[in-house]
Amino acid sequence: MDFAPFLLSFKLAGLTTFILFVLALPLAWWLSQTSSKSKPVIEAITALPIVLPPSVLGFYLLVVLSPNSALGGFFEDVFGLKLVFSFTGLVVASCFYSLPFMVQPLQSGFESLNKHMIEASYLAGKSKMQTVIKVALPNIKPSLITALIITFAHTVGEFGVVLMVGGSIPEETRVASVAIYEMVEMMEYGQAHIYSGIMLGMSFVVLLAVYIFNHKQKKIGIV
Amino acid sequence: MIDIHIQKQLHGANGNMNLAVKLHLAKGEFVALMGESGSGKTTLLRVLAGLENAEGDITVEGKSWKDVPPQQREIGFVFQDYALFDNMTVEENLLFVNNDKALAYELLEMTGLTAFKDRNVTGLSGGQKQRVALCRAMMKKPKLLLMDEPLSALDTSLRIKLQNDIKALHKRFGMTTIMVSHDVPAVVFLASRVLLLEQGKILKDGTVAETLLIDNRILTAEVLSIKQGKATVTILDKLMEVEVASHTQVGQHINITLKGRTL
Repeated sequence: MDFAPFLLSFKLAGLTTFILFVLALPLAWWLSQTSSKSKPVIEAITALPIVLPPSVLGFYLLVVLSPNSALGGFFEDVFGLKLVFSFTGLVVASCFYSLPFMVQPLQSGFESLNKHMIEASYLAGKSKMQTVIKVALPNIKPSLITALIITFAHTVGEFGVVLMVGGSIPEETRVASVAIYEMVEMMEYGQAHIYSGIMLGMSFVVLLAVYIFNHKQKKIGIV
Repeated sequence: MIDIHIQKQLHGANGNMNLAVKLHLAKGEFVALMGESGSGKTTLLRVLAGLENAEGDITVEGKSWKDVPPQQREIGFVFQDYALFDNMTVEENLLFVNNDKALAYELLEMTGLTAFKDRNVTGLSGGQKQRVALCRAMMKKPKLLLMDEPLSALDTSLRIKLQNDIKALHKRFGMTTIMVSHDVPAVVFLASRVLLLEQGKILKDGTVAETLLIDNRILTAEVLSIKQGKATVTILDKLMEVEVASHTQVGQHINITLKGRTL
């Protein structure tokens, strides 16, 4: 059996989760602390990937990332990076697609924190960055774990966007979900069963782990 | 040593209010800040700590704190809800502020918390948490210690323990202190000066005797029964027999004046 599509899915999901964590952390923190009038606008934009059909998101990403566009052209000329029908393009697309799944749990976690705890850290002389890393994040562990795991799982599970932006190039953009789609197209139901079964089992185990962890945290009174 | 001259428009539950405070604090003074809820006490503390903006200026030993962020103000703050770092032990809470183990151990010893130093703070009682919060606020050896109702959540014996701790710390470190409190016994025990805040303005400013002592107090009592010119009344949840005028009737409320003696 060919495990390449699974490996590719995990590599994509791992990279996406890492990049999104770095990018979403300041955004989620800002959203949780700000009283700016632009907050609802930013929140709505962040949540768009949840409601948009993946084909719409995929279409716009294709337009923006293609070498004929300003952005796609810039990356191709300056960095030699092809952003469509390539693994790099998939990572970029996945970061858009999974953004809300990283931002929203972090934001609601930060919002649930005792405001005085954050202020106590500032009064202790700590910067915003030190406060986020040493006080805020450790006190929202369930939200943090949820954000990381759901982002990872959601990226593994994406289909429409990757198909549109990445196509199906073996060992480059042919992730597990795309592979299953092609197997069904070609009526290779046996293979499709094995792949789908693996996906189902893994997804269940991951979600179960998240819920067990959060349940335990609640029990020992951390949340 | 500390000059405060600030003004801030507040939009509270009781409508708009102008917090306007002009104040000079001498070094080492222990000031109790009293007043009704909504009078601006907590806001004044937060402005001093730099957690809220206000017009005007705060000068500490000749230096303006106008553009100094909370991180750089030499302030210790004890929040009403403790606001401890739940992810840390007692000792870590203190060392997070200032990595001075000798000071941390001294503070824990003074407040009787040494045995709890490795405990996670989430498992502590309210009184213990409040003492940890107090120790943590002292870790920067602040010029100004601000406490927001530190004693309000505690029963009498815990309150006495904590007010003793506060007094000992004040004696040891001599920090200028402002304590918001409703608690008259604690104020009498601790404060050398009392500020009474009303509607954002300082109504009274002076010693405990000057601000809190009253000449007399009128209490209302309900007449329960009358026998030969003497009435049994209920006052402060107790029964009392008093002489009353002949036209007094059962069920009537009468005033009883408690006369104090001028000291």
